[in-house]
Amino acid sequence: MFKILEKARLAPQVFRYIVEAPEIANKAQAGQFVIIRLDETGERIPITICDANKTDGTLAFFVQAVGKTSIEMSLMKVGDSILDVVGPLGNPSEIEKFGTVVLVGGGFGIAAIYPIARALQEAENKNISILGARTKELILLEKEMTNVSTEVRIATNDGSYGFKGFVTDVLIEMIQNKEPIDRVIAIGPLVMMKAVTDLTRKYSIPTFASLNPIMIDGTGMCGACRVTVGNEMKFACVDGPEFDAHQVDFEGLLNRLGSYLPEEKESKERYLNETPSPCQLKPVSNF
Amino acid sequence: MTDTKNQKLGNKIPRTSAPEQDPQERSHNFQEVSLGYTPAMAQLEASRCLLCKKPKCVLGCPVRVAIPDFIKLVSEGDFLGAAQKVKEANSLPAVTGRVCPQEDQCEKHCVVGLKGEPIAIGKLERFVADYERVHGNEKLEEVASPTGRKIAIIGAGPAGLSAAADLAKLGHEVVIFEALHKPGGVLFYGIPEFRLPKEILEAELNYLERLGVKIQVNYVIGKIKTLDELMKEDGFDAVFVGTGAGLPYFLGIQGENLNGVYSANEFLTRVNLMHAWEFPVFDTPVHAHKIVAVVGGGNTALDAARTALRLPTVEKVKLIYRRSRDELPARKEEVEHAEAEGIEFHYLASPVKIEGKNGWVSSVQCVSMELGEPDESGRRSAEVKPDSEISIETDAVVIALGSGVNPLISKSGSGLKADSEGHIEVADPEVNMTSKEGVFAGGDIVTGAATVISAMGAGRKAAKGIHDYVMSLPE
Repeated sequence: MFKILEKARLAPQVFRYIVEAPEIANKAQAGQFVIIRLDETGERIPITICDANKTDGTLAFFVQAVGKTSIEMSLMKVGDSILDVVGPLGNPSEIEKFGTVVLVGGGFGIAAIYPIARALQEAENKNISILGARTKELILLEKEMTNVSTEVRIATNDGSYGFKGFVTDVLIEMIQNKEPIDRVIAIGPLVMMKAVTDLTRKYSIPTFASLNPIMIDGTGMCGACRVTVGNEMKFACVDGPEFDAHQVDFEGLLNRLGSYLPEEKESKERYLNETPSPCQLKPVSNF
Repeated sequence: MTDTKNQKLGNKIPRTSAPEQDPQERSHNFQEVSLGYTPAMAQLEASRCLLCKKPKCVLGCPVRVAIPDFIKLVSEGDFLGAAQKVKEANSLPAVTGRVCPQEDQCEKHCVVGLKGEPIAIGKLERFVADYERVHGNEKLEEVASPTGRKIAIIGAGPAGLSAAADLAKLGHEVVIFEALHKPGGVLFYGIPEFRLPKEILEAELNYLERLGVKIQVNYVIGKIKTLDELMKEDGFDAVFVGTGAGLPYFLGIQGENLNGVYSANEFLTRVNLMHAWEFPVFDTPVHAHKIVAVVGGGNTALDAARTALRLPTVEKVKLIYRRSRDELPARKEEVEHAEAEGIEFHYLASPVKIEGKNGWVSSVQCVSMELGEPDESGRRSAEVKPDSEISIETDAVVIALGSGVNPLISKSGSGLKADSEGHIEVADPEVNMTSKEGVFAGGDIVTGAATVISAMGAGRKAAKGIHDYVMSLPE
């Protein structure tokens, strides 16, 4: 059992948890994830580790309450326990001194890009972070990202904060202004990562994306998380989760990610109908 | 073979068949297919045994169960004694009695089988284990006094469980580390409920815990801890690596990333480990397919096919195998069960492409095969018939072509020597010690995918090696 020590709501559906898991915290590195299962009837879901505190023996991670399990988790309280937390899984991000790194974080993906940004800063890179979301309140961790970046640029679709438009619009401008970019890391919705990748491919800028396909065991056993990378089949759990984005078949991944939408909807509706007063959590559409 | 009366008897009484759930009924439920012997049936079957002085059946058993000895106890009605006798060599008899390919092992060598049908050793083993579980046997085997030695077992599958039992009996402190949230390995996530009820596996695991074995789940060695940390920081004197063959092979053909294509591991894990057949009470679903095609002919393929058949929306299951019925590597009993349940067998067909529609599977394109001459191993080669494409309509494809070894540990900077495919090399095959001192390995991680019982045999062998090794260490 893994006890929830802290819980905070950072956006209408986004929650940050601090969970007691000393052995995992001791080993976790930027870019890795855990798989959690809330209870005996629960599913196994992968969640990126946002922070690990070796001294306190705690892990921090974010959950966006959009599906059955994440909504259930959003109703858990400090002091409650998660039945299973296993990790750290996946390969750590490649961290070295690259020069100027542009970190493109979209919505909930900002939580996953933060630990990478921090590790890159510690490795003396110049980080330029581009954070994007639908609207202002969904821009997460702006302060934290500012602390680990030389510069933060913001884009919102509705123009409520920063530039009105997409993260790619900001990136195009940087490229057109001939700002030097040695590496791009993109984490966010698949369509965003694909758009960033399509853009940087034209300019041959090395680009990496962290993929989040459907997973079960997370140790290479089931193959559910397979993705085509450079015409080869890779398992995101053991070969990733980060890949050379220019080689990733995003279309195939998008197709597979949507494969359980009807079941996810059924499961969520059933849960919401059975749970007393979850109305404040009535989720909006995914992504 | 001095007892001629017994010999005659053995040949006269036909092999006792065990009752089974009706095929029509069972194809819609997950309850066990074979119902097992009654005490009278077991005694009748046991009476057929010739009790050979130099029993060949024992040599066919990878863990060397004292088969005639336990069968004699069955014939005398001492079922608890028989169970104890089996457990001296086999810590999971209720499991192996159900899943061993007895026709290729003990029963293959049975002398009675030369002229008639061999003694049903597997059914008898299952009977005594079940009898003991139901009727209780508080008497634990004797556990040696504590040695003060600490041993880590990595992977709670057949190899690890078997090694753990032997080491605990020898008085060592044993901790098993398991990556998943349930112990059992393939016995839990792979073999379905109707062939090996989870309740039975759990009873066998309880037995290990009563021997003093500790099981730590959700613990991926290679990630949360390295082998060196286990030995240098956590005080383990030796480690046994039994992480198995858990990396599924795919076909490498077009269309494998379509929705509705699964590895057998994924399909079976969803159902067995995650209870997808009870969705939405359990959160993990499996798609509501109508037709499921399974590719392969081994036990896993048949498990996947028969599991699919039991899902509420599935109307038809097709098994696609490149050779013919005679070459199916699965246990004979499973093939017969699958046929009785209505699985459609498509022999001599080999998939070349999976066709899709709107991102989902619509059919499997196959070529027809013909069988050539037997090769060195005696298996007939399968060759493609020219211009023989056939299309098999389906909305799901489950690929059951076997598994490679899980490279998680050998790739974690463990210092273990492994071949290019990740099989861990055993430096001393007599005791299964690897290239790294104090680290032993056994089961599928060494040999590649094989059977439950051969992994258990390797676990036992390593346990002996580990015992000698840790007892030779200075205090």
